[in-house]
Amino acid sequence: MTREITLSKAVNEAIAEEMRRDPAVFLMGEDVAEAGTPFKVLAGLVDEFGPDRVIDTPISEPGFVGMAVGAAMTGSRPIVDLMFGDFLYLVMDQLCNQAAKTHYMSGGKLTVPMVLRTNLGATRRSAAQHSQSLHALVAHIPGLKVAMPSSAYEAKGLMKTAIRDENPVVIFEDKLMYQDKAPVPEEEYLIPFGAANVLREGRDITLVATSSMVQVAQKAAEALQADGISAEVIDPRTLVPLDEATIVESVRKTSRAIVIDEGHRNFGVTGEIASRIAEKAFYHLDYPVQRMGAMDVPVPFSPALEDLTVPTPEAVAEAARRAVRGEVADAA
Amino acid sequence: MAAQAAKKTGGSRSRKTQGAAKAAKANTEDYLRMYRQMVKIRAFEDQANQLYLSAKMPGLTHMYSGQEAVAVGICEALTDEDRITSTHRGHGHCVAKGAEFRQMFCELLGREEGYCRGKGGSMHIADQAHGNLGANAIVGGSMGIATGAALSAKLQGRDFVTVCFFGDGATAQGLWYEVMNMAALWKLPVIYACENNGYSEYTKTEEIAAGSLTARAEAFGIEAHGVDGQDVLAVNELAQRLVERARHGEGPFFVELDTYRYHGHHVGDINRDYYRSKDEEAEWKERRDPIVNFGKWLEAEGILSADDLVAIGDEIRAEAESAVAYALNAGYPEAGEVDMHVFAGVDHALPYIDGYAKGAGA
Ligand SMILES: Cc1ncc(C[n+]2csc(CCOP(=O)(O)OP(=O)(O)O)c2C)c(N)n1
Ligand SMILES: [Mg+2]
Repeated sequence: MTREITLSKAVNEAIAEEMRRDPAVFLMGEDVAEAGTPFKVLAGLVDEFGPDRVIDTPISEPGFVGMAVGAAMTGSRPIVDLMFGDFLYLVMDQLCNQAAKTHYMSGGKLTVPMVLRTNLGATRRSAAQHSQSLHALVAHIPGLKVAMPSSAYEAKGLMKTAIRDENPVVIFEDKLMYQDKAPVPEEEYLIPFGAANVLREGRDITLVATSSMVQVAQKAAEALQADGISAEVIDPRTLVPLDEATIVESVRKTSRAIVIDEGHRNFGVTGEIASRIAEKAFYHLDYPVQRMGAMDVPVPFSPALEDLTVPTPEAVAEAARRAVRGEVADAA
Repeated sequence: MAAQAAKKTGGSRSRKTQGAAKAAKANTEDYLRMYRQMVKIRAFEDQANQLYLSAKMPGLTHMYSGQEAVAVGICEALTDEDRITSTHRGHGHCVAKGAEFRQMFCELLGREEGYCRGKGGSMHIADQAHGNLGANAIVGGSMGIATGAALSAKLQGRDFVTVCFFGDGATAQGLWYEVMNMAALWKLPVIYACENNGYSEYTKTEEIAAGSLTARAEAFGIEAHGVDGQDVLAVNELAQRLVERARHGEGPFFVELDTYRYHGHHVGDINRDYYRSKDEEAEWKERRDPIVNFGKWLEAEGILSADDLVAIGDEIRAEAESAVAYALNAGYPEAGEVDMHVFAGVDHALPYIDGYAKGAGA
């Protein structure tokens, strides 16, 4: 049986199911209990699991992320709620120096099975400190897995896999997608890490898109179809591990690629994926691999400016048309 | 500047435990083990220092010598189930929590038989089997981990206690105040043990710490104690009481242990005149040495003779020497190890992160 539920509900269900299955799983973060987070994603969980397993913390991000690391090292399986992805900067030591490295530094003796769930995404008119998409920061760090759900279905399956993983996993939800509905089976399912999803098959160009940009790529592909251009859309689902083979195979077939991601373009996810394509599909390419990321400026408040900073379906479609026509983009 | 927490002011310490509490460990066997454990730490560090001076050890290391009564007094009050988190100056904690010389020297020398297969080194030794959750090279970096372990105990209804060791310098990290707050709110079974050795690197504590350290913990409603960290019986007596109380839900606690490091900040810190005097070093070494003073007490109590003390020292030093010889001949990890243990359940991280190998469950 499949019904349509919101991404928010999908995350809630995934966590509730895993908490029922495994008593070691618990939640902690700011306003996660009665309030169910500012986005209401966790609403109702405290009623079922009680305040011992849905723990409201003080506003001490390094403190409670560090505590999650210690709890994970001693038999618990914490899910930490970081209210905004922008607050990752506050917890970098605990996440990147402690959680990410403990298994390695201990020669495999200690494990840190924890999930840090947070969000990304601009255009909510939240300005520069509540709008960033910082997944590239953590994807850079060996020892962390990074998941990027692009729909309610993806969010549920990836969250369940994250909770069962024996390693620290950072999962980014698109905060603008919380109310978006998608068909989600009632039966249990998990989505494995490192297995990209080919949402749409095509011949002429590959659009590799993550999280919030998957919808953008899908819309672009529809517009392109009207022009007779057949676009393949791939959602990697996880950045670490990255299903490189599926991406490379697709580009070998289509000979063109655009990589779209809401992180800043500079030194980010788009550059990483583009360079893998260049390394492994170079002789198949008919056009330079294109990258589209968030503009390399702090996210501005004014809607008139903010909307300029994020890739749109129109911009992606236009870039694809140029690529298919073989137009030299920046010939200077 | 009123630096009450400064070394040797002492006046601000609350509930100072006076003198050796002789009832601490009830029998001779316990006294002997404490003595041997302290001698073991000293012997380990002397060998580690030699390894550095003779260029046989990669990198630098931080000597625990002088602080032995802190690690031993506290860890003797703990079981293997109880956890500790340790610091860059962590060899003493590791030995005191039950680690073996051979695997420790192997780790310091980057050998495969080391506690962490040579991947951690001096600053990251972890000994899971004895409850040592690991040394940490980030000053104050383990305060969250220790408090989280205590949260785990509480959530799972288990009765282990966690001791978080850190230096006076680490009290300047904001993380401590965040986790003390939560530990106090949730009554977690954690003991924050601050080894105040008077210095962080080359800076005196009084220059970096305003007010009193115990008062900082007390501000969170945490019971705080000051104790002479050179007196193993005093430390042990206090630790036993606090560990038992923490086990029964009366935690958290804070303990400030007055102590001194004999060597430089690390083995390469040889010329120290610019930040501390030779007289000061001599005063601590000659009058307040934890091993010499405890040995004298054992002799005075008729528990051990002077000959016994010498024999114990000789035996342990020989053991340390043979462990070093063993470690120097032990093998390095194979090159193929380099990308192992990055992820649990994944054999080799490099093919895995590129999607060419599956991990467990994914
Ligand atoms: C976050 C951080 N800052 C600085 C350092 C460099 N450092 C290493 S040890 C140390 C001094 C620590 O002093 P204390 O906590 O008193 O411990 P002690 O060395 O006296 O045992 C410093 C500054 C570090 N490792 N981590
Ligand atoms: Mg110090």
